[in-house]
Amino acid sequence: MDFIVLSLIKAGLIAFVLLTTLAYLQWVERKVLAHIQLRPGPRRVGPHGLLQPLADVIKLLTKEGYVPSHVNKPFYFLAPFLGVVLALLAISVIPFGPEIEIAGVKTQMGMTDLSVGLLFILGLTSVGVYGVALGGWASNNKYALLGGLRSSAQMISYELPMALALASPLLLANTLSFREIVGTQEGFYFGFLPRWAIFQMPFPQVVAFILYVITAFAETNRVPFDLPEAENELVAGFHTEYSSLKFAAFFMAEYANMITVTSIATLLFLGGWHPPFPRELGSDFIPPLLFAAGGAVMLFHGVTQPRGKWDNITLPVFGLIFLGIAALFAGCAVLPMLEPVRQILLPVFWFAGKTGILLFLFIWVRGTLPRFRYDQLMRFAWTFLFPVAVVNLLATSFFVAVFSN
Amino acid sequence: MATLEMNPAAAGDTGSTRRMTLNMGPQHPSTHGVLRVVLELDGETILKATPDIGFLHTGIEKQCEVRTYQQVVPLTDRVDYLANLSNNLCYCLAVEKLLGLEIPPRAQWVRVMLTEITRINSHLVWLGTHALDIGAMTVFFYCFREREKILRLFEMFSGQRLMTSYFRVGGLALDAPRGGFQAVRRFIDEFPSNVDEYENLLNANPIWQMRTQGVGPMPVDDMIDWGITGPMLRAAGFPWDIRKTEPYSSYEKFQFEVPVETGNDVWSRYRVRMRELRESAKIVVQALDGLPEGPITADAPKVVLPDREKMKTQMEALIYHFKIVTEGFSVPAGEIYQAVEAPRGELAYYVVSNGTGKPHRLHMRTPSFGNLQGLGPLLDGRLIADSIAAMGSMDFVLGDCDR
Repeated sequence: MDFIVLSLIKAGLIAFVLLTTLAYLQWVERKVLAHIQLRPGPRRVGPHGLLQPLADVIKLLTKEGYVPSHVNKPFYFLAPFLGVVLALLAISVIPFGPEIEIAGVKTQMGMTDLSVGLLFILGLTSVGVYGVALGGWASNNKYALLGGLRSSAQMISYELPMALALASPLLLANTLSFREIVGTQEGFYFGFLPRWAIFQMPFPQVVAFILYVITAFAETNRVPFDLPEAENELVAGFHTEYSSLKFAAFFMAEYANMITVTSIATLLFLGGWHPPFPRELGSDFIPPLLFAAGGAVMLFHGVTQPRGKWDNITLPVFGLIFLGIAALFAGCAVLPMLEPVRQILLPVFWFAGKTGILLFLFIWVRGTLPRFRYDQLMRFAWTFLFPVAVVNLLATSFFVAVFSN
Repeated sequence: MATLEMNPAAAGDTGSTRRMTLNMGPQHPSTHGVLRVVLELDGETILKATPDIGFLHTGIEKQCEVRTYQQVVPLTDRVDYLANLSNNLCYCLAVEKLLGLEIPPRAQWVRVMLTEITRINSHLVWLGTHALDIGAMTVFFYCFREREKILRLFEMFSGQRLMTSYFRVGGLALDAPRGGFQAVRRFIDEFPSNVDEYENLLNANPIWQMRTQGVGPMPVDDMIDWGITGPMLRAAGFPWDIRKTEPYSSYEKFQFEVPVETGNDVWSRYRVRMRELRESAKIVVQALDGLPEGPITADAPKVVLPDREKMKTQMEALIYHFKIVTEGFSVPAGEIYQAVEAPRGELAYYVVSNGTGKPHRLHMRTPSFGNLQGLGPLLDGRLIADSIAAMGSMDFVLGDCDR
């Protein structure tokens, strides 16, 4: 009974946090992209466009769900929900903090910890191709078909180097459970260098990490691998014929996939929720300093040089909220009585921070790079990524075999 | 022109060699206007590409026949809306040649300056949309930042951002506004560093190179046979530029190079246009430095509207004003073919006059029409993604093509 109640609470919490993150990831993407491109981005709905995601959701929900007469109905309806369900399901096995104790109840941060969590996710993303491929095929539209074809070919090709890139850190960790993988990355070399997989002896996984990030871009259909939805070539690619909620489902699946792949990168390569340098050297003071700096900047701009109409009110308010968070983190760092709070907050902070940096990378690349051509994309996967991944895997296994025990 | 018919039966048979006919356009994000290209596809490979033009036909050439000569000028803006002043210039030069008018140097210098800014404007729009087609979204916004400055300059000079109609038969519509040349100077001093910025984003980008190098070649002889001109021809190693070969409007007095590349691919066309941006900037600087003083309209009272002041003091001026406004000026019978180097290539106006106040026939030889002829051969056997890159590199404006 306890288990069920606890699971329900966790599921609700995670679903809420995840859906909010999805919505606001899109806001962040629009804002960052806009600033890269010399635009202000969303500004009208709410202060700094902060209510824009909400407006988007309302818009997409209330739009007419137009179904063209020439589509293959069962698959046409199945495809987007297949995509989004699989994408959201993947999040359930991702842990984002250590085991914690609240009011005497011990629980893990994260929905569940499968002993084969990574395999589970790889399986889900493989099936996720069906969402895109079926959507493209069922639309009975030439552009959508081409998009679906491109996407299935691309995702299947990039899954190989991706799996190989993921296999290398697994050799170091010797387990498939995310929690245990993160556990092997705890601690520091020489007292300061974290034992993250990208630094871990006997064979640091930097190459595997880079390979994984590249394939992750391809798996999520992001620039420069966004051929399936290349709007300049295929109008809108596989979702050309989709509107309203069904379009929103594809959209959500893309962003959920982004969160999944970046979380996996964080867990497997960047030490999960472990700080980048030891507590003795003051890693606990990084979050309060960051938040305080952010708050101070907002306060300063809001008071001295407000740009928009409400900036003189909203910016100081946000600044004070940030300063409050900073104070909370600072309290965790120095006050022993806040130790239980620290146990929850800091892992979440480091996990979210690392994932956030990777997500920022996704957005940054989108603002910078052009798109590959179909044949170049395939050649890149098969003649470069795949051999490098194989060599990296062989080298890792060699070093692990020679130097471990 | 025979229309293109879709024939579903031809694509029908199932089997391994089944082909797909993709009707790209007339509504498509990358055809830049309303161009329809019928692609016959085998998977992603284009077996045959057939451009179908005419969706933006406005009948401008015919409309010109019922307008007086001066009234035609605003119509020429609307032919190629990205190279409005080049069209103004070409038309005015043609009519001025028929009239045998001598244009004062100041007007010529301003014309050169503004047509070169037009070239910069057009190339900026091309670069932005071309990069957008290939997927580099951000370049678009950087280009349009500078384009906005150019449109402000146009607005300063002519009162209009797009449809300037600033050049008139016999000179300019207005003298430059106060601070106009200083504004041009500010823009052009800064502009080369902006070009550096675009090149920083694209030149060394491996994906950009992969997408453009070796894509869309075409033999030079074929290009000349099809009537392809401008940067496309120069990127194929053929140094043809009307500004050098048949100088007009005092271009012979300016020092500039004609950029030529030999790659004959999308990359070379990109390089040619980027170098042209810098050359145009140089010409603008020279025009600003050597700007002569003097009148801005020719001394031809029967053609050019008189000053307001003169109208109130001189009887002749009032009569000329009345005649020009009510029935236009008459142009001696004859025909003329005047070519200029527009941003897209060789732009020419062929004007036939029968001695009245309205042109008997006006034909525009527009660069987009010529350049588009090469689309089919350029795309055969390439991938869909290449078709976008190749089409972008041709830099056509459908208004210019269909008139």
